Amino acid sequence: MYQEVILDHYKHPHGRGLRPGDAEVHHVNPTCGDEITLRVRYDGATVADVSYEGQGCSISQASASVLNELLVGKELTEAMAVQATFLELMQSKGQIEPDDAMEEVLEDAVAFAGVSKYPARVKCALLSWMAWKDATAQALEREKL
Amino acid sequence: MSHDLPGLLDTEAIRKDFPILGRTVHDGKKLVYLDNAASSQKPRQVLDALSEYYERHHANVHRGVHVLAEEATALYEGARDKIAAFVNAPSRDEVIFTKNASESLNLVAHMLGWADEPYRVDSSTEIVITEMEHHSNIVPWQLLAQRTGAKLKWFGLTDDGRLDLSNIDEIITERTKVVSFVLVSNVLGTHNPVEAIVRRAQQVGALVVLDASQAAPHMALDVQALGADFVAFTGHKMLGPTGIGVLWGRQELLEDLPPFLGGGEMIETVTMEHSTYAPAPHKFEAGTPPVAQAVGLGAAVDYLGGIGMDRVAAHERAITGYALGRLAEVPGLRIIGPATAEDRGATISFTLGDIHPHDVGQVLDEQGIAVRVGHHCARPVCLRYGIPATTRASFYLYSTPAEVDALVEGLEYVRGFFG
Repeated sequence: MYQEVILDHYKHPHGRGLRPGDAEVHHVNPTCGDEITLRVRYDGATVADVSYEGQGCSISQASASVLNELLVGKELTEAMAVQATFLELMQSKGQIEPDDAMEEVLEDAVAFAGVSKYPARVKCALLSWMAWKDATAQALEREKL
Repeated sequence: MSHDLPGLLDTEAIRKDFPILGRTVHDGKKLVYLDNAASSQKPRQVLDALSEYYERHHANVHRGVHVLAEEATALYEGARDKIAAFVNAPSRDEVIFTKNASESLNLVAHMLGWADEPYRVDSSTEIVITEMEHHSNIVPWQLLAQRTGAKLKWFGLTDDGRLDLSNIDEIITERTKVVSFVLVSNVLGTHNPVEAIVRRAQQVGALVVLDASQAAPHMALDVQALGADFVAFTGHKMLGPTGIGVLWGRQELLEDLPPFLGGGEMIETVTMEHSTYAPAPHKFEAGTPPVAQAVGLGAAVDYLGGIGMDRVAAHERAITGYALGRLAEVPGLRIIGPATAEDRGATISFTLGDIHPHDVGQVLDEQGIAVRVGHHCARPVCLRYGIPATTRASFYLYSTPAEVDALVEGLEYVRGFFG
């Protein structure tokens, strides 16, 4: 489960810290007390920034770091596709062996494949990704209004 | 390492009664089960009682005149006798079977919410709990307070993990209707001073409810000596099956207080307009009860009684003292709760540097060591001590000093892994 990539992201997180954004959410994992506050900023349809502050286990914190590295700079539709692929991998109960195509989409995030075998930890890995989805929905909603 | 600790039970013999303790995990690693505060394992005697019941005696209870119905009823009510004796209840009719301690505590909260004077909780009254309660002894009272308008108050905690009773006369007042608190904390391990709280509650005429979930499995419990009005505990933490809990209550209260769940078995007569109720305990046991589970719990208290609760307590005191000493050797480890074995149970929570408990628990699990991580359904305790979560090791009558050593070695490995 604890791939070198995950431990690296945990010890040296990317993009950590809260910066101005269009929407902010606070998500918790009630079973263990992992918490994240996450903000998204959009520049048109481009993910301009994902900033976050949180506390929790190495899996939850590394996952937020990977998310930042992966999604910032992407077009929203592309970022949504990455999120959906990561969700699919994490819900696979260890049944998906990531192929080259998946690895191309998920980059460092494929390191979390092993976590999907541990039901108790899947929520840790998904915490920031669910927060990002929620924050994005709020940001889009606000734009419409 | 040799372990010549006074008070230890013959764990080699005891462990033979628990089939699960012989299994291995993660490709042949010996299981080191240190999650007893969450749930205990079951001896063969309990497992046999369950299968024997289903194989030979099962039928619905308290109805039917056939042999099986009578045998099942005798076994179910026999279990009640055993529990009553186990907690030294003055009467067997004071023992109500529920599904767990949460249900027991919710049941009391509902009785008081619907009660007539002088027990009624309403907007002119106050409810008192403590900051070290399990969520099951917080949320039912929050709900009762919200529904009735009563004010919820609580005792805070000292830095060393004990109840702060310095302001007891301001917390428990003439307006207090009920004081509900934990006998032994499921996070801190603290054994709370019952007498001082009961004395103050009695002065103001408040009822006292004790959550004994972490006490009943580990020490002799005497409801008469405790002086409380209600005592709640659960079966699965004391060698029994899941799905069975107990609420002990003083008889006159059970007579006066209204039922909560209505249904079969809790009635005396029913017309389309009106019903009258059966006497306690049946008044509080609507519907087909957890018969097999009660029988299993009866077998569990037989097992515990056979060893002797004072000897169980002495064993755990020895293990706890040893564990506290050994854990103090681990660099960066901070005990959350009393640091000495005095007035505490065999549950030890700690943090390890800034390594998150989830990571600690996962890497320990890879070595076959089962602990609990998180906030242990007592989040206010974590908030009080400014930590997101803890790792918790909890021991029982089958725990050995060698398992404490395995934990300490496992923690050294965790430090190396994340260091």
